[in-house]
Amino acid sequence: MKKKVQNNYVIEVSNLCKKFGAFYANKILSFDVKRGEIFGFLGANGAGKTTAMKIISGLQSPTSGEVNVLDYDVYHEAEKIKKVIGYMSQKFSLYEDLSVWENLRFFAGIYGLSRKMIKEKGEKILHHLDLWEHRKELVRDIPLGWKQKLAFSLATIHDPKIVFLDEPTGGVDPYVRRVFWDQIYQAQAKGITIFVTTHYMDEAEYCDRICILSQGEVVAYGAPEKLKKEYQVDSIDQLFVLLARNVE
Amino acid sequence: MIKKMKIILYLIQKEFLQIKRNKAILPIIFAMPIVQMLVLVWATTSELKEVHVGYIDQDHSEISRKFYNKIDGLDCFYLQSLDASSDAIEQLHNHHLDAVVEIPLHFARDLEKGAKVYPQVSINAVNSNNAEMIKGYFENEWQRFLTEVKDQGISFHRLEFSFRYWYNPEMDFKFYMAPGILAILISLVGMMLSGMNFVREKEMGTIEQINVTPIKKYQFISGKLIPFLIIGIVDLLLGLFMARIAFGQPIIGNIGTLILGTAIYLIPLLGISLWISAISEKQQQVMFICFFFLLIFILMSGMFTPVESMPLWAQQLNYLNPQFYYIKIIRGILLKGATIMNISRELICLSCYGFIVFLIATYKYKKVS
Repeated sequence: MKKKVQNNYVIEVSNLCKKFGAFYANKILSFDVKRGEIFGFLGANGAGKTTAMKIISGLQSPTSGEVNVLDYDVYHEAEKIKKVIGYMSQKFSLYEDLSVWENLRFFAGIYGLSRKMIKEKGEKILHHLDLWEHRKELVRDIPLGWKQKLAFSLATIHDPKIVFLDEPTGGVDPYVRRVFWDQIYQAQAKGITIFVTTHYMDEAEYCDRICILSQGEVVAYGAPEKLKKEYQVDSIDQLFVLLARNVE
Repeated sequence: MIKKMKIILYLIQKEFLQIKRNKAILPIIFAMPIVQMLVLVWATTSELKEVHVGYIDQDHSEISRKFYNKIDGLDCFYLQSLDASSDAIEQLHNHHLDAVVEIPLHFARDLEKGAKVYPQVSINAVNSNNAEMIKGYFENEWQRFLTEVKDQGISFHRLEFSFRYWYNPEMDFKFYMAPGILAILISLVGMMLSGMNFVREKEMGTIEQINVTPIKKYQFISGKLIPFLIIGIVDLLLGLFMARIAFGQPIIGNIGTLILGTAIYLIPLLGISLWISAISEKQQQVMFICFFFLLIFILMSGMFTPVESMPLWAQQLNYLNPQFYYIKIIRGILLKGATIMNISRELICLSCYGFIVFLIATYKYKKVS
């Protein structure tokens, strides 16, 4: 079922189900992500956010359901999906024993960037991140906030169409989080669709649209403003508490 | 094509940078060949040092005296005359003696008549390797003795059998053991390091970042295999150099052939360790399983015990042992000067083996998390 017509959706998920043994990590999830938006994927720990995200980015295969990313099917075209997406995990997954520049060169290299491109782009990125002076330092020696912005830049170094961020702001202080969101907006301004999971409800307000998960199911889905009006709450945080209570 | 090769090069570059910074692994790579050549070769070498022989002469003839002197003339043999009534066998039991020679009555007379005569030699075979060597010495000396006696105009019935140590005429066990120790060295370094390295990426979580890139599985496996293949060859050359300066290890064949043979050997070996790490989650698992295989490979390879004396099923099982082929290659090249043609069978078997194992390792590596 190719939906060439509806190409303003870059991710289409319908009836996604993922089972680990008898446990449902995701039960019948359905949602779409629009081109160029910041899409927030919210939920408590264990709600199934990371699993769903790994399925969409081709790191795991679903038990059933339909998942299309940029018109590629995750069952058979996972490797094609990987060419056009970027991914940043909770742990940032940089090589701690490589320097800032060596990490950049490595990831750019395996995405197939030419030597000249790596040099030009790498210099530009590191200057922009104020990391140029620190390019020879090992990643294990730099602060968490720097690792985070470096990891984000490396996840987008090959100009992906969509970038997946799995709890990118976990463990960093509010100021660094704010700066990081600026980086996300800059990426959006370049036309990259952002798919971000978080359990900070204030961050949900920065998203264009959100999807709240609870126990593997979608409990709320839409623009933050619209949802707040609909449930008559002042913040997403309140909405979350309300929904969590309903589930219990 | 070039672009695909380049991706492998970026992986290799990254591995070398990480190895360079690893304070535990880097010293091992360089210290192992030195320690193994300087310590282990001597430790595994079973040269005869002191052989205590009891000599029971019941003939008391000139000829039996002559045989006594012949054996006494050997460097490491210490002879003592014993009475026929003495407790020679008991002394053998107590390890006071390593061998007892008994010259029968009428030895000289029978020899002159041309009758078939030979002294009886009892050897303490608790250490069967030593016993085998002592037997060899006796056979050798007996043969020479007969020849000398013949030269003196005495005819004799028949030669027992001729015995010579080919390829290692000085019977220097170091020359024989060093290639084996080198084979263990590169197998150990290669298998352990490559296996642990791959799984470390799983433990650290960095593999996830690789799995989400469009990198091809064969590129990743090659990127993990090639660095350790290079390290294996460097270690081989380093160890060979040590053996050369420490005890003058002969290198009769071509070094280039040896490097080629080593590279072809390391592909299936590293392939096996990458296969193991593709299906393991923890470094301990990989270490344990690699060690299990290494032990079997080493002990069955013919490094310490001749393959020919193993039961048939073990010999057939050895076709699955990459080290079995490699021992032939490395000893053949170093001691016999084997050329590529001489070892072509081994090279072909290892190439096919390597190709299959590489495909399995690639298949078993799943780009999921």
